[in-house]
Amino acid sequence: MPALIDLIRAGRRVERHNPWPRISVESGTWRSATGALADGSLSLLGLWGEPSRVHMALFDNSASNIGVISLDCPDRRYPSVAARHRPALRLERTIHDLFGLVAIETPDSRPWLDHGRWQMQAPLGERLDAAPDPAPYPFLPAEGDSLHQIAVGPVHAGIIEPGHFRFTASGETVVRLEQRLGYTHKGVEGLMAGSTVEQAARLAGRVSGDSTVGYGLAFAQAVEAAMQIAVPPRALLLRALMAELERLANHLGDIGAICNDASFALMHAHCGVLRERVLRAADAAFGHRLMRDIVVPGGLARDIASEGPAAIRAALEQIRRHFPSLVELYDNTASLQDRTVGTGIVTAALARQFAAGGYVGRASGRSYDARRSPGYHPYDGLRFDVPVLSDGDVNARVWIRIREVEQSLSLAGQILDALEAGPIKVPLQIAPEPCEGIALVEGFRGDILAWLRLSDGRIERCHLRDPSWFQWPLLEAAIEANIVADFPLCNKSFNCSYSGHDL
Amino acid sequence: MRKLLLQSLFRQPLTEQAPRPDDAAIAELAATVGRTARRRLGRSLSIREVDAGSCNGCELEIHALSNPYYDVERFGIRFVASPRHADVLLVTGPVTKNMREALERTYNATPDPKWVVAAGDCARDGGCFAGGYAVVGGVSAIVPVDLHIPGCPPPPMTILRGLLSLLDEVDSGGAAR
Repeated sequence: MPALIDLIRAGRRVERHNPWPRISVESGTWRSATGALADGSLSLLGLWGEPSRVHMALFDNSASNIGVISLDCPDRRYPSVAARHRPALRLERTIHDLFGLVAIETPDSRPWLDHGRWQMQAPLGERLDAAPDPAPYPFLPAEGDSLHQIAVGPVHAGIIEPGHFRFTASGETVVRLEQRLGYTHKGVEGLMAGSTVEQAARLAGRVSGDSTVGYGLAFAQAVEAAMQIAVPPRALLLRALMAELERLANHLGDIGAICNDASFALMHAHCGVLRERVLRAADAAFGHRLMRDIVVPGGLARDIASEGPAAIRAALEQIRRHFPSLVELYDNTASLQDRTVGTGIVTAALARQFAAGGYVGRASGRSYDARRSPGYHPYDGLRFDVPVLSDGDVNARVWIRIREVEQSLSLAGQILDALEAGPIKVPLQIAPEPCEGIALVEGFRGDILAWLRLSDGRIERCHLRDPSWFQWPLLEAAIEANIVADFPLCNKSFNCSYSGHDL
Repeated sequence: MRKLLLQSLFRQPLTEQAPRPDDAAIAELAATVGRTARRRLGRSLSIREVDAGSCNGCELEIHALSNPYYDVERFGIRFVASPRHADVLLVTGPVTKNMREALERTYNATPDPKWVVAAGDCARDGGCFAGGYAVVGGVSAIVPVDLHIPGCPPPPMTILRGLLSLLDEVDSGGAAR
């Protein structure tokens, strides 16, 4: 099967696409890329559409390089990727919902984000009139003796995002879980098209509230790649500082919340205190608890406050002091371990096939971390480990977070030590010709992909791919043969984004 | 575990002072809320949170209300699992077209008297998502709203202030729909 470099040679390189190449290919090359995905030599980073074109971002697992291949489809049809590589399935269904492009031989032609309520079809494509009477969504069948179904959502019992889960159970045991998402679809990519870079940056920061820094960073890096501008070192360090604070806050919240779903409220309370300390430090340093709208294309919207470094150091110190006793508590509470160990296992093969990022991948033996590969400043100058485990259960996903909390504490400290005075922003350069940029950034949940094309200083098309796209399907696999009561635990250990996925 | 529990007995509590109810919020409530329902509610509010399409930022801060710093239950405010148990719907997000029916049904499933609080800038008018093909708009486009809590997202103290002013209003003679 071809390596990425062979695919790149087989097509025509598109100009002004940075930093990795984009190649316009014929359908034969598209098909051989699909084959390379299926045999595992390439990983799928993203699959997205335009009104008469599809793009696929690929990662070569042995050469560790990235490329985008594009296929023009003037007849609005393209060869299905999912027919041979299932992780592409929901992305393919989405391309159909948004652009009306048909994947030939797709194994599942049901709609995904389109619930028949937009008053139109293909809103980013031909904008056809909506079907007058949309059929009810056909869930996948599950047949057998004494099976029953449990329908949950979109409004859930807790304070969480909306989505629908259809369980088929045999007694207490889950036989099949089918997710139905799309409830929070806000049409972000449609709103971005034609908007200014500033407006689009605000939208990017609101794709997934818990990853506002991660998305801000991915979007900004893509714009900067397209415009070929370099951000000053101080801004790069402060961006990384915010990204690590975001990771810390989310991981601390998650560790507590996972334990809470096993009814172990003590951990939840203590982790909640540490999370709140991080958010307050972020507020003192950057004027916003979630650090929203601070990362902007070209640098930062504001510098760190003069009292910021001290506030962050105090929070880091408090976590360093208290967190080890919480880890010990987690590790030594048999009733809690009884719930998390061996629950909701994701096999290494599935994690690899789906190129699952973040703690979901790393708890199942996939060591990928976008800070390392492709890597970006300033992480090349910082010391950190990427923890990997192989058990793939809820417990492993907790432990990856514990280790990453420790790494982020160290990284945030290193960044504060390295911080030097200097400018925090460079002006944007509006190119005379259309230009394209792509970025891959490690958010707390995994790698976030941003791709965009700029024209006259405005966004012509922007695609943002949340890490959850390749994690949600694994949750369906993880819950199989577990009991219904363990679903909240499994779900929380994944903590996939609804809004980031639904876009 | 015993050591951790023991420590918390002797440490100063982390809990913040109760904030003053938001004056602007009280003014808005006075205009929208009618006569008393105090006998039914006492000084307690049961809240069903509904994410009608938010980015999850508001949910994070609503979650924070239950941490030891804000400890919202000391005010008699608690989050419940079903709209059938709720006095208040706390709704976030621009209402997406895909969530419109779920929000309507949740509202209809909530027994009277009931109040609707819209939290966050998107919940007021759709925020930066307004005008798209997939978004209806603010919460009041679907269900009647009694109180808006602004912010993107509103910090926990702001949400708490808004909820306390709702409680005060209910307490001193406002009625629900």
